[in-house]
Amino acid sequence: MTTQTQTITERRVCTTDLGTPARFRDLLAAEWIKLWSLRSSYWALGGGALTVIGINVNSARSNADRLADQPPLPPAPPPGFPDLPQMVFDPLATAFVDPAWQLLMVIAGSVGAIAVFGEYTSGLIRTTFAAVPARRAVMTAKATVLAVVMLALGAVVAGTSFGVTQAILRDHNGLSLSDPGALRAVAASTLLAPLCAFVGMALGALIRHAAGTVAAVAGVLLLLPALFQGETYRWVAEIGDAMPLTAWNALVQNPESNDGMGLYPVSVTEAWSVFGGWSLVAVIIAVTVVHRRDV
Amino acid sequence: MGPEGVALEPMPHGPIHGTVGRVIEVNELTKRYGATTAVDGLTFTVRPGHVTGFLGPNGAGKSTTLRMILGLNTPTSGRVLVNGRPFRGLPRGLRHAGALLDAHDVHGGRTARAHLSALAHGNGLPRRRVEQVLDEVGLASAAHRRVGGFSLGMKQRLGIAVALLGDPPVLLFDEPLNGLDPDGVLWVRRLLRQLAAEGRTVLVSSHLMGEMEHTAHQVIVIGRGELIAAEGLAEFAVRGDRLGVAVRTPDVAGLTSALATEGATVQHEQDGSCTVTGLGAERIGELALHARIPLHELTPRHASLEEAFMELTADRVEYNSGEAR
Repeated sequence: MTTQTQTITERRVCTTDLGTPARFRDLLAAEWIKLWSLRSSYWALGGGALTVIGINVNSARSNADRLADQPPLPPAPPPGFPDLPQMVFDPLATAFVDPAWQLLMVIAGSVGAIAVFGEYTSGLIRTTFAAVPARRAVMTAKATVLAVVMLALGAVVAGTSFGVTQAILRDHNGLSLSDPGALRAVAASTLLAPLCAFVGMALGALIRHAAGTVAAVAGVLLLLPALFQGETYRWVAEIGDAMPLTAWNALVQNPESNDGMGLYPVSVTEAWSVFGGWSLVAVIIAVTVVHRRDV
Repeated sequence: MGPEGVALEPMPHGPIHGTVGRVIEVNELTKRYGATTAVDGLTFTVRPGHVTGFLGPNGAGKSTTLRMILGLNTPTSGRVLVNGRPFRGLPRGLRHAGALLDAHDVHGGRTARAHLSALAHGNGLPRRRVEQVLDEVGLASAAHRRVGGFSLGMKQRLGIAVALLGDPPVLLFDEPLNGLDPDGVLWVRRLLRQLAAEGRTVLVSSHLMGEMEHTAHQVIVIGRGELIAAEGLAEFAVRGDRLGVAVRTPDVAGLTSALATEGATVQHEQDGSCTVTGLGAERIGELALHARIPLHELTPRHASLEEAFMELTADRVEYNSGEAR
């Protein structure tokens, strides 16, 4: 850079007023600026949303192609044979393809994690907390901004996925939002994004390193529920049922579908409780851990 | 003991807001990490109106102390007050104290302006402050660039901009001259003196005494986490006087016996001069006159500040290098 010697202009001393109230919305503005001044935020959120919507839409398109070449009902079994259980096509499931939403969980979790470990790995956290010593307020503001952004992301992805897939499947019993279970599935998928972002924040605050945190996000959100899928022991299944992924699966389940949920099904109320509980605990961990530790 | 003493330069603006003392009070401050004691019962006061140098070898505990002043690290025991209050208890910090702890404490993906804007917003500072401090540190033309591409010197300037953002009465700088070119060094020195002259409390750490020689009025010297000295720079310089007084005289024997009456020792040097220790130059001159011994030279030998500093901290250097080859 050019290094001409600057002349120090005559400064007035302490012109700012020490008595300005500390407003929470100032911290929201700060966190909003911090999120949107990083290119990675646009890439992660934009790219993630398009990929998830793309997978869902593709599933609807391929289902529509397949169904178009197929008789509406399977042929009746020959006389003398018992009726086979009918495999009826579930249009709702095409908007909520499992791997697509698992990808969204990891993306949302990572964005939440980056918001925290990004401050630690860069050292910015010291600048942040020297400027605002009220650390819990900073973390609460961060969680609030993430919640708003993630709700928007979730709503866009869930709404678009549902709308586009059902439109593609309009000739094959495509649903509208007023159909049973549809609104619930869209709402649950919308809320899944902030939930995972909070979990990412908590893990970022606990681990404070990039690679470790992202691995932990994938591990906690995806691997853990897979580990507790067994139904041999009730307690294993119960732990599995307390995972966000399992709860989400229960909430996007078409109530009209006879596809069973296994030996220990998760009720809708339980599933919503899992959503609420995980979000609350994750935010409390993130706020408390950061408040207590040296930076 | 504290670095008392009058401000070397008058405060041109008079006292600022009668309500705050604008001092940093460090009281019996201790920080341990497991078995390691980083800061050990440190007590000192930093007062407004002059630049206070915070000196010590690498690993002496300077940065840890600065972090505890700002509430970033919690002391194991003892306490620090900034303007009479623990910093951690303040809802917002930038109007109370500004700090440059490490020029790298910034996210490389953001532009300088975005970095400052977020900090300004969080503290409820007007948007124009961002442009003002960018101008002041000479980064206005680089404000739109991402910080990751900045040189260390530019990052130092950005860190100084952050410190100045809230126009605070207390300023802390940890090794602010690192990475600056000669122009930058000159600029920072002038800025530090200017900030002090405006009646602010300015604490600047360094591991090089030479950096402080032309900047600080007061020095706080620590080694291995303990306080070694807290005094004016002039008093600190006097510590170098133990190097003695150089004297040339044709009557060495006479002088030796004359000075011996007051306990001074005379040592012969290779170049024919003598070094007198144990008495000041004035007293040596008086005694020589009394004994009618002619003196051809009478020169107090000041150690440089760097030498005084080295001598003081020699036994408390955390990382000693081996013998020079």
